[in-house]
Amino acid sequence: MKIHEYQGKQILKKFGVSVPRGIHCTSVDDAVKAAETLGGSVWVVKAQIHAGGRGKGGGVKVAKSLEQVREYANQILGMQLITHQTGPQGQKVRNLLVEEGADIRHEYYVAALTDRATQSVAMMASSEGGMDIEKVAHETPEKIIKVFINPLVGMTDEQALTLAKGIGVPEGSAAQACDAFKKLYTCYMETDASLAEINPLILEGNGNIKALDAKFNFDSNSLYRQEEIVAMRDLDEEDPDELEASRFDLTYISLDGNIGCLVNGAGLAMATMDTIKLFGAEPANFLDVGGGATTEKVTEAFKIMLKNPKVKGILVNIFGGIMRCDTIADGVVAAARETHLSVPLVVRMKGTNDQIGKQILRDSGLPIISADSMAEAATKIVAAVK
Amino acid sequence: MSIFINKDTRIITQGITGKTGQFHTEKCIEYANGKNCFVAGVNPKKAGESIFGVPIFGSVKEAAQQTGATVSVIYVPPPGAAAAIWEAVEADLDFVICITEGVPVRDMLMLRNKMKQKVAAGGKETLLLGPNCPGLITPDEVKIGIMPGHIHMKGRIGVVSRSGTLTYEAVGQLTELGLGQSSAVGIGGDPINGLKHIDVMKAFNDDPDTDAVIMIGEIGGPDEAEAAVWCKANMKKPIVGFIAGVTAPAGKRMGHAGALISGGADTANAKLAIMEECGFTVTRDPSEMGKLLKALL
Repeated sequence: MKIHEYQGKQILKKFGVSVPRGIHCTSVDDAVKAAETLGGSVWVVKAQIHAGGRGKGGGVKVAKSLEQVREYANQILGMQLITHQTGPQGQKVRNLLVEEGADIRHEYYVAALTDRATQSVAMMASSEGGMDIEKVAHETPEKIIKVFINPLVGMTDEQALTLAKGIGVPEGSAAQACDAFKKLYTCYMETDASLAEINPLILEGNGNIKALDAKFNFDSNSLYRQEEIVAMRDLDEEDPDELEASRFDLTYISLDGNIGCLVNGAGLAMATMDTIKLFGAEPANFLDVGGGATTEKVTEAFKIMLKNPKVKGILVNIFGGIMRCDTIADGVVAAARETHLSVPLVVRMKGTNDQIGKQILRDSGLPIISADSMAEAATKIVAAVK
Repeated sequence: MSIFINKDTRIITQGITGKTGQFHTEKCIEYANGKNCFVAGVNPKKAGESIFGVPIFGSVKEAAQQTGATVSVIYVPPPGAAAAIWEAVEADLDFVICITEGVPVRDMLMLRNKMKQKVAAGGKETLLLGPNCPGLITPDEVKIGIMPGHIHMKGRIGVVSRSGTLTYEAVGQLTELGLGQSSAVGIGGDPINGLKHIDVMKAFNDDPDTDAVIMIGEIGGPDEAEAAVWCKANMKKPIVGFIAGVTAPAGKRMGHAGALISGGADTANAKLAIMEECGFTVTRDPSEMGKLLKALL
């Protein structure tokens, strides 16, 4: 689960990491009022969407007067902000953060994430803040300093100092930087985050260390015990079809192709998508119906896939284990009838009761194409949509 | 022979009285020698009772002492799953299989480090399979987990995969070609887990009754690459490899918590390339896994 920058900064502040003063707004008038309340002579007006690269896309502006605050808030609120993470259609801006200006002497990068190989928390920092960190990692990997934190021990003073020295924080500010790293670690653990990134973490003219941005991802397995985090969820930022699917316990992700696919199991679902591509077409979605598919779930899955106007055909691939193929066949027939299916449908069923399942499909009188292997299924659906 | 489990394995089921635990325990007992293998259940509130003829004990330690069981399988719901694994580790069991899907990653991080700390302090090492996995099976001997028993056939091919249904797919292809399996192991789709591809490949390499292996992976994480490099130097048996997720977009979690591309090295193409370099027979067509393996024998 993702949250907005202004919410991330609230969390950082709660854990004692210094952040600029700022106010979340949803209207132009509120933005101007926020600037007045904050005082000073420089403000930053920042679009709040769940995607990075906002600055480059024109979603972050520095205002030097209240008129400029009004002008920029007016420009940004309601715009379709396009960044490298939003896709070409962009994301509508519904929220703003108005912040006091900062006196930036240097921009650093710091992030905490779970490291699979060492089964620890990795904290990585770089002197090259404010940039795309993947680019830094690729071009100048020596500029990324990493420490691996044993969660039974926590972040040690030595580890914090290794990061601060490694990225060149001046001696007078090193203690503050170390403090920020340790608090970021505590925050990461206590909120069940899967990523906590500050880019940039800045050194101010007066030597203070401050988080100028905040990006968080949270482990969805842990949300049941993170009420405060769940309250920050902004459904406007999520794909409406993926959201609808999750209500029926389906995992759905929309893609760019024209073959809808419905599969049981995440690995098999990916393998099915790959097979479609191998045989010359592109998958329109990832869809895992999970282990306990009912007629209702299959019908909802069909409805969600068919909402996508690009879908020209559907491939159902089921390996029946605990889930029986005859149950799925009943579901597929009911779903095809209820949605008045007008695109070609190929069904490949294997495993428990597959022969009964195939008989159900044949007896339905619907033009369902049957296949024995994934390759055969992909070949048939690709041919049917051409 | 086989890896990790056989007809003489004695097993405790943690979470045996829950809906999922009951459903799968019954099927495991029905399979091959299951009736003799599944000897105990654990539920502190129902100690002294029994289910499917299996006695229920108040703790893993007590169940192990009373029955001699050395392996446990866990169906406990996510909030208590890590604690259930730790209970089995503290009881010094040999092997623990956690089926539960949705265990908080932080709980697994703490648990895995506690397990390593115990071994470093001279304690007994307990192997963990999972969480979020289908379990493992040695055909015609014993099945521990949620896989459909009837698609398997006893034989000499090993199968290891992160994905449940993709394991079944590989097993199904092998059985259709008349190639039985020595053991089939699902290591699960979570980012922080127990046994990895490399551990299972080592076990298959050492098993005199395994002739060849199908290794299946997916996007995300370094495990398949690590296993491939080890296999290049050490593996004496032919391997067919497949990686799911060539078409998966970066930055999206594809169903499994661990199936997320976060860098350049954890894409399906990068993993397929390393596996090929390391001498695997790799395929981009998952329908071909069985056929390719047959050609290698």
